[in-house]
Amino acid sequence: MSLNRREFIGIGGAAVAGMALAPSLRLIDLAQARSPEEAVTSLKRWGLLIDINKCQDCNACVTACHEENGVYGHGRPASDPQWIRKVTLKDKLTGYVQTLPLMCQHCESPPCVDVCPTGASFKRADGIVLVDKHICIGCRYCMMACPYKARSFVHEDITDQKPHAPRGKGTVESCTLCVHRVDTGNIPACVEACSKDGNQAMVFGDLKDRNSDISKYLASGPSIQLRPDLNLNTGVRYRGI
Amino acid sequence: MGKIKQIVVGGVALVAAGLLAVTLAQAANVSGVKSKGIGPTVKIHRGEQCVEPTGDMRRNHMKYILHQRDKTMHQGIRTTKHSFKNCVDCHADPITNSVQGQDGFCSSCHEYASVKIDCFSCHTDKRDKNAVEVAPFKGTAAKGAQP
Repeated sequence: MSLNRREFIGIGGAAVAGMALAPSLRLIDLAQARSPEEAVTSLKRWGLLIDINKCQDCNACVTACHEENGVYGHGRPASDPQWIRKVTLKDKLTGYVQTLPLMCQHCESPPCVDVCPTGASFKRADGIVLVDKHICIGCRYCMMACPYKARSFVHEDITDQKPHAPRGKGTVESCTLCVHRVDTGNIPACVEACSKDGNQAMVFGDLKDRNSDISKYLASGPSIQLRPDLNLNTGVRYRGI
Repeated sequence: MGKIKQIVVGGVALVAAGLLAVTLAQAANVSGVKSKGIGPTVKIHRGEQCVEPTGDMRRNHMKYILHQRDKTMHQGIRTTKHSFKNCVDCHADPITNSVQGQDGFCSSCHEYASVKIDCFSCHTDKRDKNAVEVAPFKGTAAKGAQP
């Protein structure tokens, strides 16, 4: 087999390009991965984009979330906790129906944090809004302040919690953006389930990184925050509402 | 005649001593049951040494957990050395998989000292089935228990 000069350069160039590109993607990941003893910083802001055009009549995200975090009810919908729920929107004029998952929107200026009397409701440096149940007194001010009805109160004793998701009676809880998974470099359970069993409608990533999937997705088309009039700058964005 | 008597008595004493030694050895194999009757039952099933010296852990374990709690919750620092999850994963009973209940590592001592803990109103008292990096079992106490 003989190669002429042109073929040799062509094959060689492709090989070099492959070698240069493939590991560089990996290297960026490694450079950004946080070690367990390193504190979170505001250099990142975790966000979620949900494409309503792709979201269909499926419950994969809700099931996955509640399975991952050990959230279960007692058959009492009025008081059972829920971290994520499906909401149906219907245009009364045309009858057009859409469905979307709704959870904590991880606001940049969260009203739940403003009203908390003990500091239990707080925002982490990387934008994840959480409840520190060690200091939550169960007053439920945050539940009233949240415009998205994202938080639940635990009314009943809980057993068999997941080791990574402590939950207890008398405290308020909500979506944690699967903080235990995010801290170890994984994506939230709902996003994983949506891409595997659902309709690939959810994208998770760093909103401050221009090269992340979510930033590119957001830059490539329109998206909205729910209740933009409140100026909360939510970390969860929707497309197609 | 006297000599034969002496030999028989000596032999009996030797057998008794042997039996005693075997019983003691078996008792020791039920890994580290510290006391009977008065005092808590402290069973150590895994490893040779806790994350800090034993005396330090007895006095200060709550401070270590509290410190780590705030770092994990607010700063996302998830090192295992002083983590609550690590305590449970290592100290859980190999049969019940729990640190609570009768003779549970946490509950036996806390009941004896009459100090109420509310960790387990939110946290699970069972070890993580997928836990890795915990110390290996010691002795024969945990035969048949899951790794």
